[in-house]
Amino acid sequence: MAHAATHDHDHHGAPKGFFQRWVMSTNHKDIGTLYLIFSLTMFFIGGAFAMVIRAELFKPGMQLVQPYFFNEMTTMHALVMIFGAIMPSFVGLANWMIPLMVGAPDMALPRMNNLSFWIMPFAFILLLSTLFMPGGGPAGGWTMYPPLSLQGESIAYTIFAVHLMGISSIMGAINIIATILNMRAPGMDLLKMPVFVWSWLITAFLLIAVMPVLAGAVTMLLTDKYFHTNFFNAAGGGDPVLFQHIFWFFGHPEVYIMILPAFGIISEIIPTFARKPIFGYRAMVFAIASIAFLSFIVWAHHMFAVGLPMGAEIFFMYATMLIAVPTGVKVFNWVSTMWGGSMTFETPMLFSIAFVILFTIGGFSGLMLALAPADFQYHDTYFVVAHFHYVLVTGAAFSIMAAAYYWLPKWSGNMYSETWGKIHFWSSVISVNVLFFPQHFLGLAGMPRRIPDYNVAFANFNMISSIGGFWFGASQLIFLGVVIHCVFFSKKKAADRSWEGAKGLEWTVPSPAPFHTFDVPPVIHDDELAHGNTEH
Amino acid sequence: MTSGGIGRSVSAWAALAFALFGGTAWANPEPNQLNMTKGAAEWSPYAMHMVALWVCVVIGIVVFGAMFIAMFRFRKSRGAVAEKWSHSTKLEVVWTVLPVIILIFLAHLATGGLTSFADTTKSEMTIKVTGFQWKWRYDYVDYKGKSVDQVGFMSKLEETSDRTRQLKSNLDPDKIKVDGYNTYLLDVDKPLVVPVGTKIRFVIVGGDVIHSWWVPALGWKMDAIPGIVNSAWTNIKEPGVYRGQCAELCGQDHGFMPIVVKAVPKAEFEQWLATQEDEAKIQKAAQTAQTVPAQAPQG
Repeated sequence: MAHAATHDHDHHGAPKGFFQRWVMSTNHKDIGTLYLIFSLTMFFIGGAFAMVIRAELFKPGMQLVQPYFFNEMTTMHALVMIFGAIMPSFVGLANWMIPLMVGAPDMALPRMNNLSFWIMPFAFILLLSTLFMPGGGPAGGWTMYPPLSLQGESIAYTIFAVHLMGISSIMGAINIIATILNMRAPGMDLLKMPVFVWSWLITAFLLIAVMPVLAGAVTMLLTDKYFHTNFFNAAGGGDPVLFQHIFWFFGHPEVYIMILPAFGIISEIIPTFARKPIFGYRAMVFAIASIAFLSFIVWAHHMFAVGLPMGAEIFFMYATMLIAVPTGVKVFNWVSTMWGGSMTFETPMLFSIAFVILFTIGGFSGLMLALAPADFQYHDTYFVVAHFHYVLVTGAAFSIMAAAYYWLPKWSGNMYSETWGKIHFWSSVISVNVLFFPQHFLGLAGMPRRIPDYNVAFANFNMISSIGGFWFGASQLIFLGVVIHCVFFSKKKAADRSWEGAKGLEWTVPSPAPFHTFDVPPVIHDDELAHGNTEH
Repeated sequence: MTSGGIGRSVSAWAALAFALFGGTAWANPEPNQLNMTKGAAEWSPYAMHMVALWVCVVIGIVVFGAMFIAMFRFRKSRGAVAEKWSHSTKLEVVWTVLPVIILIFLAHLATGGLTSFADTTKSEMTIKVTGFQWKWRYDYVDYKGKSVDQVGFMSKLEETSDRTRQLKSNLDPDKIKVDGYNTYLLDVDKPLVVPVGTKIRFVIVGGDVIHSWWVPALGWKMDAIPGIVNSAWTNIKEPGVYRGQCAELCGQDHGFMPIVVKAVPKAEFEQWLATQEDEAKIQKAAQTAQTVPAQAPQG
């Protein structure tokens, strides 16, 4: 306590000035909030692009936009959703929750934390500004395959924005690793940490490993475009396929960067509402680590149709199929956690159950896509579009919504409206299936991805999909309403332990969590932890 | 529904039901088609796809079934009391080993499919496919061991579709039909003509950016990449018109560069090829006749 007393100038609570508090913040909770607000904003911007896409695809014929603008929309939708919505929201959750979960007073590197957030708005202003420039925004797909991407005039802006996002991600990852490895309270052993913390520790290593690879790939694009190098230019002795290898060496771990923290979130929420410890804690952690390892040796399954030698196709097919094993373990363990529990179905639990079912459907289509001969048909069709939206929307995005409902009481000190939360859930879960399930049929019937118009045979399912799209988009306005109501208007105060079955250090601090927590490391009682007794 | 209304929709569903259970092979996308085409060629991933699909459906029923039973039986509102266990080595071994066995089975099937797909030897003819923004070029290289003389042409979206697909054209895509089948965005000015019952090797390249040559009825797609020569093969069993599209984003008109393969009996193909060769000769002769006087004054 003497230590705390000598430093108590730092312990008065949040700074009063708006600029001081939010722009110059080094507080993990405020920076977490900034990340979450930023990613929600990007979610709506990226969603608006998706609405343009679904509106144009509502029926055959070109009604609304030029094909080039349509391509800008598909490209920007992906870049904004991946780098602007999904990734920053997981970083926001990490910022808020990791120090609370491991009993640390803040992130290990608080000033860097501020920088890694404040780079993001600039990166996205840069990226989005291209839409208003002559020549338009990037239109070669988020994968930026050359030579096509080099035909665009805005590629330099896109590349610089990607560089900034990469720097931000790497700094965030370093911060998270440093926090988890150095700042745990005494007694918070690695194998007693919440699965969410474990999932982020592994994700952070993935980020550090692959973001520089992406930076390298896009820098080579830049020099090919402006400095007459020929890395990817066949006429100059380069190889367009080389870009795809480098890109997907980043891209596949990137896919898991967007799903591993989701696994962590679900592994916290299901035990809480099943009132039963997670089944097979060690297996869950090991499964995340195995998936992370495998993610480095499967990249060419995105390239089965580029004409790889047969040996390579076989290797990447087998490696990809292997991922089904640890992923299966996770799903079986979640189901076993529910089995024998005492379940209630508040909104976070509903989103988590929907996650398990719908993510598994995305996993099934993933297994089918792994089979190279079948992929010769599926590749670059709506079947793939359906697959990755099942894992990213009903997977990653649903887990983020589940997390928001789960921890909002802790963040705001208020309970959200359970009725409206459930309305949001049911509206989302029905509409998202109306939106994406028919896309499986479209792909199998032969509709390619990234086309602005289609044959009349594809009309009905596209119309159904578009209706689901508008409905899903509108449903997210309910989410916005629930969050705003909870934070500013809700009269129902949250208890410190906001959920009956909730365990873990974050529930031992008051709701809302005070500006500074764990100034003195907490004394850990294994029974209070969600995963305190892992030997059973 | 775009137009035509419910009656057409009902008949389309009836056709679909027939196609699903009657075992007809679809050559081209049908309205409301749910599943992958069986294809019209010797090599087809359809069986592989169906096996994988059913494996997934069965696992899905087991896993989701267990989940729903759990959600029903172990509710707090039914008075369920949470148990304490959180581990079972036996179960964990079972659900690690069982998937591995299923995967080995699938991998075995898929490896067979890949091996036969990769074998382009013993082909009886070669066609070179080049992707351009935004049309395809076909060059006949050889047929039955004999090289083909100068038969090659561009193949691009036919005119009615092209007019209709312009922004706010107010033209009706429903009206574009060939033999009662809607061909909006799926028809070209000059199709690729190939013989049936012949192993055809395609060599596929990109002329500017990457494209991908895909006819679902042939069972595969292959990227057309500048600087790289890819190869693939097909052996079409039944005469017919098989339609496809470019499958790799290649710029603004990526959605508007269809592929049409017209498979005809061998005799008919040979006749067609001979006519094409003759025409090429005549054209070449005409060209030399034109260029010679033009060059004369300079010389």
